Amino acid sequence: MIELELEKSLFGPEGRMKLKVSCFIGKGELVGLYGPSGAGKSSILRMISGLMRPEAGKLRVDGEIWFDQDQKLHLKPQKRNIGMVFQEHSLFPNMTVEENLEFALESGQEQKMVKEMLERVGLEKLAKKRPSVLSGGQKQRLALARAMVRKPKILLLDEPLSALDWSMRNILQQYIVQFHQEYDLTTLLVSHDASEISKMAKRVLVLEGGQFCFDGKPEAFFSR
Amino acid sequence: MDLSPFFLTLRLALFTTLILFLIGIPLAYWLAYSKYRIKYAVEAIVSLPLVLPPTVLGFYLLLAFSPENALGSVLDHYFDLRLVFTFPGLVVASVIYSLPFMVQPLRSGFSGIPKAWLDTAQTLGKGRWVTLTRVLLPNMRNPLLTAAILSFAHTVGEFGVVLMVGGNIPDETRVISVAIYNEVEAMNYKSANTYSLLLIGFSFLVLLITYWVNHDKNRVLGYD
Repeated sequence: MIELELEKSLFGPEGRMKLKVSCFIGKGELVGLYGPSGAGKSSILRMISGLMRPEAGKLRVDGEIWFDQDQKLHLKPQKRNIGMVFQEHSLFPNMTVEENLEFALESGQEQKMVKEMLERVGLEKLAKKRPSVLSGGQKQRLALARAMVRKPKILLLDEPLSALDWSMRNILQQYIVQFHQEYDLTTLLVSHDASEISKMAKRVLVLEGGQFCFDGKPEAFFSR
Repeated sequence: MDLSPFFLTLRLALFTTLILFLIGIPLAYWLAYSKYRIKYAVEAIVSLPLVLPPTVLGFYLLLAFSPENALGSVLDHYFDLRLVFTFPGLVVASVIYSLPFMVQPLRSGFSGIPKAWLDTAQTLGKGRWVTLTRVLLPNMRNPLLTAAILSFAHTVGEFGVVLMVGGNIPDETRVISVAIYNEVEAMNYKSANTYSLLLIGFSFLVLLITYWVNHDKNRVLGYD
């Protein structure tokens, strides 16, 4: 469960703008974040992950405060149990496929999660290969698997599929939905693609002018 | 033929390069990622040896190291360390003189690492040390190699600073550049020629081997 109320000044395509958003996301929801480029969608994910500090507001996850400006509290990203996948897969080229997953292990965490994830995304035969030899889809599957190794409670997806072709997208969408359901995740998906959000999410938050202008079922928004 | 200046030079360059790694990596990291404005002043100070005549640096180091002045006196009294006309003094002077040759390539190397890698490491729960040692440095093979070669070569080739701080004491401070100068002064051109050819041959060999090895490793890693 995410309760957020965040404020931040951003530089958008039309100059300085004020992002001021608040919402409540229930545990186990898969919510799409939709809006024009530069609206601040990625910034919201970065503030939830702790990579960007909001200027004001609060962020509470499952009752635990992750950010509270009044209390001057800002939990580091390392202390937030999240998984995040970026548009650029951001795999480490010096590590093999398997080592990229091992890197994500927490101290004391069992190795079996690496094997499980390799099998889940169908990369076990490529475990000893370096990311440079993988296809775009395989890279993004690996990035998704790596984000899952720590068993996060929140999965943040920042346009992870936008660089992939249509068939790859479909496969990745299925992986994401499966992970979301099986690991009981709360997932936020930033996407430009209306059909993608309609297909995957039961709820969409539409960002415009620095505020949420719509919160509801994707089909209700996209059929307008 | 007395080869001691040659081996003394190698010892000096080796010590200097190793110490510069220890100082240069954290300094370059700080310069690349710090948001404090004072870093520009620090960067300017680090780069001073690039523009100053070596004799200027050597002159002030000679004054600073002198037991009659504050720093030299403290080192002499409390640490029993004399830096004027000694090998340790040469090492300290060389470290200062070659600092920009270590720091600049490393700073560029850190700046060239995609920011998404740093963000990813944070969202995977990893702190600065783990990120530095397992993600940043292993992916900075070329900047590390460039920094090592430049620092080593610059130390091998230095003359003004070592002459000012170290003088010309056989087996203690007479490095190969000083030895060549001595032989020329004594009209002993044959000996000067032998030392010079030795230095050219050695430098060429070191560069050849390092570029060769680096190219092969890059090919294996898929960077080339």
